[in-house]
Amino acid sequence: MSVPVILDDVTHRYGGAGGTIALEGCSLSVRSGEFAAVVGPSGCGKSTLMKLATGLQFPFQGTVTVAGNRVTKPVTMAGMAFQNPTMLPWRTTLDNVMLPLEIAQPHRSRLRKHRAEYVEKAELLLETVGLKGFGSKFPWQLSGGMQQRASLCRALIHEPDLLMLDEPFGALDAFTREELWCVIRDLHAARGFTVILVTHDLREAVFLADRIFVMSARPGRILAERTVDFPRPRDLEINYTQAFQDVVHELRGHIREARAAA
Amino acid sequence: MTTPTGPAAPREIDWIKLSPWIYTIALFVIWEVVVRILGVPPYVLPTPTAILLAAIEFWEAIWKNGLQTLMTTLAGFALAVVGGLAIGLLVGWSRAIYAGLYPLMIGFNSVPKVAVVPILVLWFGIGTVPAIITAFLISFFPVVVNVATGLATIEPEMEDVLKALGAKKLDIMLKVGIPRALPYFFGSLKVAITLAFVGSVIAETVAANSGVGHMMLTAQSNFQVPLVFAGLFVLAIEGIVAYALMAWVEKRMTGWAHRSGFAQ
Ligand SMILES: Nc1ncnc2c1ncn2[C@@H]1O[C@H](COP(=O)(O)OP(=O)(O)OP(=O)(O)O)[C@@H](O)[C@H]1O
Ligand SMILES: [Mg+2]
Repeated sequence: MSVPVILDDVTHRYGGAGGTIALEGCSLSVRSGEFAAVVGPSGCGKSTLMKLATGLQFPFQGTVTVAGNRVTKPVTMAGMAFQNPTMLPWRTTLDNVMLPLEIAQPHRSRLRKHRAEYVEKAELLLETVGLKGFGSKFPWQLSGGMQQRASLCRALIHEPDLLMLDEPFGALDAFTREELWCVIRDLHAARGFTVILVTHDLREAVFLADRIFVMSARPGRILAERTVDFPRPRDLEINYTQAFQDVVHELRGHIREARAAA
Repeated sequence: MTTPTGPAAPREIDWIKLSPWIYTIALFVIWEVVVRILGVPPYVLPTPTAILLAAIEFWEAIWKNGLQTLMTTLAGFALAVVGGLAIGLLVGWSRAIYAGLYPLMIGFNSVPKVAVVPILVLWFGIGTVPAIITAFLISFFPVVVNVATGLATIEPEMEDVLKALGAKKLDIMLKVGIPRALPYFFGSLKVAITLAFVGSVIAETVAANSGVGHMMLTAQSNFQVPLVFAGLFVLAIEGIVAYALMAWVEKRMTGWAHRSGFAQ
């Protein structure tokens, strides 16, 4: 299952009249099952875009449509991960990963009866991100990168139709980051959910995404849209091909323009 | 975490553990010596030994009044814990309630509680009830503030993660808010119990016919200065024990907060 996400001419302002205009006339359309990446200068409204697409904020103007329905309340089946892992320190890593199951339907009503099955699933997911055996540890006993991986598991455990990633790999070292790129790539290939990834790392965007949206400086709107059609499954090696470098270069150009225009 | 058990290290004196005792004893010794050398009259500042003798002589009165004050304080404290927790949860629940109640509570808290005692006497008469209520009034505020702070400082990102899963306000409170507020709550108990003593003793000195506060006032008017000081010591000891108990409870209940370096 996956869902399309459409923002149509969205303007968003924080703090009433005279407040900060974060987005202005922003339109983008992410197809069902597509892996979309959003890049843009800092403060241009990328996180705001995520909040609008999940119904955590409502646009001042324009409409947001997810799965064919206009968003008027928080969507109920999105998985989210942020730069900051925000694990709950009083829960073990496994219990943190399983938190969405206690909230989202239909798992919520099934959890009590099928607990063993869900635990197994969570442990499998932890294994995929290289955290086998760490489920019983508390998050503060894990390194930053390990917590980040656990938070990715938390975003995925309930098999969301829509995955929202707001710079989830920002604070990681280059090797861990590449490892997690592959994890996400494989999960996306296996499950086919829709992904919107916000990132500052252009290589990350080009490696993972089907389509990349470049945003202008604040108030943000979509400046350019670039389809990336490297065949899947992609190998990390494509990072070093000329074609890959060319796309990265092109995006860099767009970002430079966006920053200069600010 | 493991602490290395060193190879039969020579038995070192643990100065950190010992130092509270050393400092306390030193204080009393210096006090005794200074008072004796300077020849301070006992009706100004009695020596610790004189205070101890007075305590032994009036043991029965001290026991009875000490127990009275302790019970009064604990009753007020218990009310403060229950009431503070309830109001704290209410205040932390929504921004609107917070905005509405906060100025009221600040105003309420800035009224010196000793000024409230006459009104309480008017309503309940002289005795234990005004003291219990004073102890409650003075000690519930820190509980409210701490619980509300714990709830109000939920990471917005955590809230977003849950909301995007379809979480209701109650879910967020149960899964994140309340567990998160517990260390703040238990932390506030230490402050609250200390204040509860202040409250009950204030009321006892103004309007009661028992309790340490009342006993000290009576002793003072009879010029039994050592007994006045003995009363102080009773309060200090009760306060220290109650504080230590609350610190212990805090540590037991919220071990994760200490180990994870939460809220520091
Ligand atoms: N809760 C808020 N209240 C008021 N203004 C906000 C709020 N959140 C964001 N803004 C403003 O909206 C603008 C866009 O913020 P947003 O967080 O969406 O940027 P971003 O593109 O995610 O930036 P970064 O890349 O640094 O994360 C910023 O100018 C910011 O000051
Ligand atoms: Mg952001």
